[in-house]
Amino acid sequence: MVLSSADKNNVKACWGKIGSHAGEYGAEALERTFCSFPTTKTYFPHFDLSHGSAQVQAHGQKVADALTKAVAHIDDLPNALSDLSDLHAYKLRVDPVNFKFLSHCLLVTLACHHPEEFTPAVHASLDKFFSAVSTVLTSKYR
Amino acid sequence: MSFLSAEEKGLVNGLWSKVNVDEVGGEALGRLLVVYPWTQRFFQSFGDLSSADAIMSNAKVKAHGKKVLNSFSDGLKNIDDLKGAFAKLSELHCDKLHVDPENFRLLGNVLVCVLAHHFGHEFNPQVQAAFQKVVAGVASALAHRYH
Repeated sequence: MVLSSADKNNVKACWGKIGSHAGEYGAEALERTFCSFPTTKTYFPHFDLSHGSAQVQAHGQKVADALTKAVAHIDDLPNALSDLSDLHAYKLRVDPVNFKFLSHCLLVTLACHHPEEFTPAVHASLDKFFSAVSTVLTSKYR
Repeated sequence: MSFLSAEEKGLVNGLWSKVNVDEVGGEALGRLLVVYPWTQRFFQSFGDLSSADAIMSNAKVKAHGKKVLNSFSDGLKNIDDLKGAFAKLSELHCDKLHVDPENFRLLGNVLVCVLAHHFGHEFNPQVQAAFQKVVAGVASALAHRYH
């Protein structure tokens, strides 16, 4: 699956509108993921996962910053995300199924906060983008 | 043991009572066809599906979306026996329509996105979690009679 130039423009425009809220949305997406897909919590036994947790907020910011970097380097995701790809493959080893859960919750979060932006075409582009990022992050798993 | 807790049932029914089922049905089916274009394989007789705009304004898509979501809505009334409620539809989707059950999961998640889009902050993590259980249950019930 390849990101078309329309997809890239949609993603850049949408992510641009999010601006400084990215960290907040990252945290919210994580909270939604833990709530809806409780098996994902197994990767965070060392975290306080209660609502408003500082650890979840910090982690949400980390995830958002990585996505912001990915958007900025949307033409070369494998290179831009290479270190994160190594981290997920050799250290974190998060089962690939979980990227779909987080991606879905990122879409839900964006739909909630930016209804005007979340048109069907943008929804499609974002889904493709998160899928592309997920593919890169799991690309060195085996 | 009930499929949903009393609290979860409250959250689901509370939100669902505000849903325009006909409209949300068309929106959800439309978005399924836009976001996952391979799902168009089941709708070759629906006419113009050549762009997001064409799909979202297609009368057949809207009509079919309405049908699908009204059926989902009926199922919600039997939330503790989804397999029973969807038994006949499960057989239909297997034997006559030949729909891969993965498509039910895709549609369920698109429906969640549409609800989030419509309800914003009201569609909080707890409400979403309850709906994720419902869409997973409906998808599973629709797949149950496959052979």
